[in-house]
Amino acid sequence: MSFERIKEKLNILADAAKYDVSCSSSGSNRTNKNKGLGDASSSGICHTYTEDGRCVSLLKILLTNHCIFDCAYCVTRKSNDIKRAAFKVQEVVDLTINFYRRNYIEGLFLSSGIFKNADYTMERLVAVAKKLRLEENFNGYIHLKSIPGASDELMREAGLYADRLSVNIEIPTEKGLKLLAPDKNRADFIKPMLKVKNEIIQYKSEKKLIKSTPKYAPAGQSTQMIIGATGENDMQIMYTSNHFYKHFNLKRVYYSGYVPISNDSRLPQIGSAVPMLRENRLYQTDWLLRFYGFNIEEILNASHQNLDLDIDPKLGWALRNLHEFPVDVNTADKRMLARVPGLGMRSVHKILNARRFNKLNWEHLKKIGVALNRAQYFIVCASNQFERRDLTPEHIKGLILQNSKSKYTSMLSTQMSLFN
Amino acid sequence: MQNTLLIYDGSFDGFLCAVFYVYEYNVVTPKIIKASQYQEQLFSNTETIITDKEKANRVWNSLKIKCGKRGVAQLYYAFLSELYNVENTLLEVIKYAFKSTTSIMKDYANMYVLEMSKITKKVSREKHRMEAFVRFRLTKDEVYFANIEPDFNVLPLIETHFRKRYADQQWIIYDLKRNYGLYYNLNTVEIVVLELSKNITTNTTSEFFTDTELEFQQLWKDYFKSTNIESRKNLKLHNQHVPKRYWKYLSEKQPF
Repeated sequence: MSFERIKEKLNILADAAKYDVSCSSSGSNRTNKNKGLGDASSSGICHTYTEDGRCVSLLKILLTNHCIFDCAYCVTRKSNDIKRAAFKVQEVVDLTINFYRRNYIEGLFLSSGIFKNADYTMERLVAVAKKLRLEENFNGYIHLKSIPGASDELMREAGLYADRLSVNIEIPTEKGLKLLAPDKNRADFIKPMLKVKNEIIQYKSEKKLIKSTPKYAPAGQSTQMIIGATGENDMQIMYTSNHFYKHFNLKRVYYSGYVPISNDSRLPQIGSAVPMLRENRLYQTDWLLRFYGFNIEEILNASHQNLDLDIDPKLGWALRNLHEFPVDVNTADKRMLARVPGLGMRSVHKILNARRFNKLNWEHLKKIGVALNRAQYFIVCASNQFERRDLTPEHIKGLILQNSKSKYTSMLSTQMSLFN
Repeated sequence: MQNTLLIYDGSFDGFLCAVFYVYEYNVVTPKIIKASQYQEQLFSNTETIITDKEKANRVWNSLKIKCGKRGVAQLYYAFLSELYNVENTLLEVIKYAFKSTTSIMKDYANMYVLEMSKITKKVSREKHRMEAFVRFRLTKDEVYFANIEPDFNVLPLIETHFRKRYADQQWIIYDLKRNYGLYYNLNTVEIVVLELSKNITTNTTSEFFTDTELEFQQLWKDYFKSTNIESRKNLKLHNQHVPKRYWKYLSEKQPF
């Protein structure tokens, strides 16, 4: 193995892959058998974090950054004048194994620019996964990015060796996609996703009858959208997500604030800010859908099409629905506790457990770790005083903002800053 | 009233024997302390606890019944924190557990239970971080070697994780702070105490490690750099996730 050459390729192809958000390594159930290498049965581990604060748990690279497509938002687009490189199948295998043995990574996330055509590219991605599993007896995590338009046969094979598969839908609306990626077709994303979904369903039913059925994409599938490159609103974004969660059983949808990388009149200019706060609010909304029992219509609807930037979506919902409060923490059910601003699911579980022993009061709640600066206006407990009195939503919001320090405060400032 | 100081050897079994002693002699105001932390005090009675596997097991088994599997795991985790006075927090939890007819391990309104659960959480967090931040380097003897210096004594907690994951390679994880390590010889994991050369902690040495070892470390460092997005830089978040005290064993954070 020539380290000089590998080093150069790794720099180019890791750099090109970094805009893909997903780096999670959880949710699989592939355990180490027969003294092989690796174990993907655990909850996923971030082995380090980049200086921008994102988790690094997988070796995330492109197989190649040669591409026949010319999507405006992509660094790897055909018309972009950059250095190109391509890994050999064996090189990716060696890198993965050697990084894994040193405990740098949980596994591999392999994506690719499209050389020649979809199937030609997909075949090579599958070959890497196959080699890792069959020749190296590797049980670590493998995430393959499916190539839009790849054949059903290849998608089937991919799922036999990978833990997770994903196709990026790229842009939340079909219109936006047409504008920025004229070569791409939404139907080409949907087809492999549907194939994987059906294979997973089939696997589950066969598994019930035949125990030895080989695993099929045990960590499910995920997708990603670029946020803020086209003019869509939060409602459009989250309704698209909701659709994919509901109809394709996706494990995760990732939201990636657009990082300006090209001078294209269709896109935000180079140097304009990455919409990090908006991205954060979208993830919070996503969490409310998946773990807190909210329906998307409660949070975003025709009369409320964008998320508030200054407060989180759960607080926003609560302020619009004050008639549901106050909630008594000593008697309320889990669903309602989960809807109290300042109560995360951990606090909810602690409260449910602790209240079997004692009537909880403010002191208890504070010790348990409830964010009382928000929660106090929405709950009653075993103390006389009730903080909300007769406050209006605006008043409560003002009080909460006054008493909280957001790491995003500077972004919210209405004052223009002259010198950056 | 005078405290009765129960001095034990610092082992978990020793601690359980101290608990045994409290019940056997009905000690009213016990204070359990490690021999290494004991300083002679004028106004207290002292008793030296002799570690006895059988007594320890008796306490452990009744705790299992009282606290459940998860409950005893919490006690053990908290004990490994080695925090000053943690023994007495645990003793209070144990006393409460023995007194009660139902499991009390989730009574977070009790100050000792809450305190223990907080310590347990800290230890679990470091256990998880060690699973993430251990960096093996391949030695010339074909053994993957890593050295660590965790705040808490988490080595006993991470053994299974690494045994399951690296079943086909020999490895050593060595705690420099406590001077002992785990050695997996492809069959079993043994506890080892080694005389280590000072040079072993510096990554650049070619005395112990294979020729390609440095190359892979360099590749990893480069990868770490290329995967960063400059326009999203957020060093505060970075430092929160990768606390500086761990940098010394992360190859991607080495200056060379």
